[in-house]
Amino acid sequence: MLKYIAKRIGYAILVLLGVSLIIYFLTRLMPIDFVKDKVNSMATSGATVSADMVDAMYESYGLVENASFGQIMEGYVNWLADLVKLDLGTSFKYGIPVAEKIAMHMGTSFVIALIAAVFEFMIAIPLGITAATHQYSFRDYLVTILVMVGISLPSFFFGNVLKNWLSLQLGWFPSNGLVDATKDLSGFALILDYGRHVFIPILTVVILSIGSRMRMTRTNMLEVMNSDYIRTARAKGLKESVVINKHAFRNTLIPLVTSMAGLLPSLFSGAIITEQVFDLPGIGNIALQAMNAGDIPFIMGYNMFLAVLSVVGVLLADLMYAVVDPRVKLS
Amino acid sequence: MDDQKTTVIDTETPLDKNVWLMSPTQMLLRRFFRSKLSIIGLVMVIGLFAFCFLGPLVYTQWGETQLDKSGKTEYATSVTTYTVDGVTYTVHQTTETHLVDNFLSAPSAVHPLGTDDQGYDVLARLMYGGRVSLLVSFMTVLLLTIFGVIMGGIAGYFGGVVDNIIMRICDVLMCLPGIPILLILSSAMDGWVAQDWIEEEMRIYILMLFLTFISWPGVARLVRGQILSLREQEYMVAAEAMGYSTGRKIFKHLVPNVMPQLIVQMSLSLGSMILYEATLSYLNMGIKAPYTAWGSMINIITTNPDILQNHLYVWVPAGVCIVIAVLGFNFVGDGLRDALDPKSRR
Repeated sequence: MLKYIAKRIGYAILVLLGVSLIIYFLTRLMPIDFVKDKVNSMATSGATVSADMVDAMYESYGLVENASFGQIMEGYVNWLADLVKLDLGTSFKYGIPVAEKIAMHMGTSFVIALIAAVFEFMIAIPLGITAATHQYSFRDYLVTILVMVGISLPSFFFGNVLKNWLSLQLGWFPSNGLVDATKDLSGFALILDYGRHVFIPILTVVILSIGSRMRMTRTNMLEVMNSDYIRTARAKGLKESVVINKHAFRNTLIPLVTSMAGLLPSLFSGAIITEQVFDLPGIGNIALQAMNAGDIPFIMGYNMFLAVLSVVGVLLADLMYAVVDPRVKLS
Repeated sequence: MDDQKTTVIDTETPLDKNVWLMSPTQMLLRRFFRSKLSIIGLVMVIGLFAFCFLGPLVYTQWGETQLDKSGKTEYATSVTTYTVDGVTYTVHQTTETHLVDNFLSAPSAVHPLGTDDQGYDVLARLMYGGRVSLLVSFMTVLLLTIFGVIMGGIAGYFGGVVDNIIMRICDVLMCLPGIPILLILSSAMDGWVAQDWIEEEMRIYILMLFLTFISWPGVARLVRGQILSLREQEYMVAAEAMGYSTGRKIFKHLVPNVMPQLIVQMSLSLGSMILYEATLSYLNMGIKAPYTAWGSMINIITTNPDILQNHLYVWVPAGVCIVIAVLGFNFVGDGLRDALDPKSRR
């Protein structure tokens, strides 16, 4: 087991090396003059980073004009060395270390994603089970169609429709931001206000993501329902509810738990579009603004952060698989 | 076979007259068309293509880049109160402004879906914008499938070091974050445009081209997995004995056997590519004015909350089109998958 984990971690590091190479060279594709202009205009319009600092940073990243291949590789190695020390550089736009800025806004994204994920599982699993146990019935079709519609909705469109309908037209919920800046709230009232602000974003995320989870439950459940031990259970004369809930559902839990472990890291990554639509101060929205401003350290840092999360997610899912299913032996 | 017609078998007529013969394709189509959802999906997709590619031939009143110059009159009223020597005067003032372009006009006989904030006809732009969205997504899926088949075919056939290298590249590409990576490339392109290296119009094409280069691993894995099991079969030994070239063995004898799964994969990824294209356009990285795409038509609401709230006809139709397109391709893909799955017999 330990040997397997060590091997997988070593392998994950290799993958991350590849990702860092791609991210670095993509960023290098930007013409340096253009970035300098952009940063200079940012500096004159009151950003906290001066042009000199930016120049120094460029030097250290090897991002100088007409650099030779050697210089570029040297820049990459320098950047990588900083990366290993968890030093992602200082953001041009926000003027504080990138890692600090990411940590600051990660929480908001995480809480929203976590609540959404909880609702997603709570709704998707029962729906998936009824759809599977009543295969090809009206209920199955209805659930399948609704879920398909959910998968097909673009987040920016559906988010804006909900925002327009529930917030702007009906006025039930605030349309953007995380807190009402005009009121001075504390304690329970503050939490309630947070809740009112994140309600529509969470609703959007849940409706959009419920589909794939439900399909997964349905497919697994159908597979299990066709297996021999379910027939045995029925032949024993067990009640249908016991067969479904105790014998069948327990075995569909294996892929569900595995996917849950894989999902965990991605909760931190933030939803760029949803956060943009509702103007939430989550990591995705912050990153979008940084990217529009040409904030290179932040862009590179954020992308590496996402890559690490997805690598960790895959690793966790594989390990979880062995933990939940005793038949699986890691070697 | 529940698909076969039962006929009384007599020994007089030859065997092939006695049984209902169906090719695998016929069986597949039969199973596909048995599902209502597949038919609905197919109707949606075909309808949308007809709307975008044939629509402008019927609806010729307005072009994609044709502004409605019929003019628009806006009235603004203001009420001012003056107090002079203790007497209050209220002045009602109405300003009449004559504008050249008839923008944001509500749906009417002249403009069935109204005009947008510039004065373009929404219905006409929906058709022309759909052409961009659909064509770009189609090309992307086609390219990424071809690329994936080549890479997966090579990896599966040769195995060993080649397989290892290609699969490790797949792992790396699968860990790349999609939209953020495209955002980096897009800001790099801002620079290229500023330096006059490329035209602004090229942006969405380059972005989608790049998307094909990071999204082929899915197809490659599928093809590789199938080929790994197929290459051990007897007919491949026969192909070997016939002395066929490697290319012929891979692309003529192995890949066609993966075709069914590939078609399912393609129709499902068409949906996701339309979503990608729309999202990029929504984030203002799409095709530039005066041309448009569905996502770009929704982009306006990010800067103009008034349109979001009061002029639904400008942005909702484009969103509905995107949903129909994605849903249609998902239904078709799903129907194909069910039809191909030997386990789900009905």
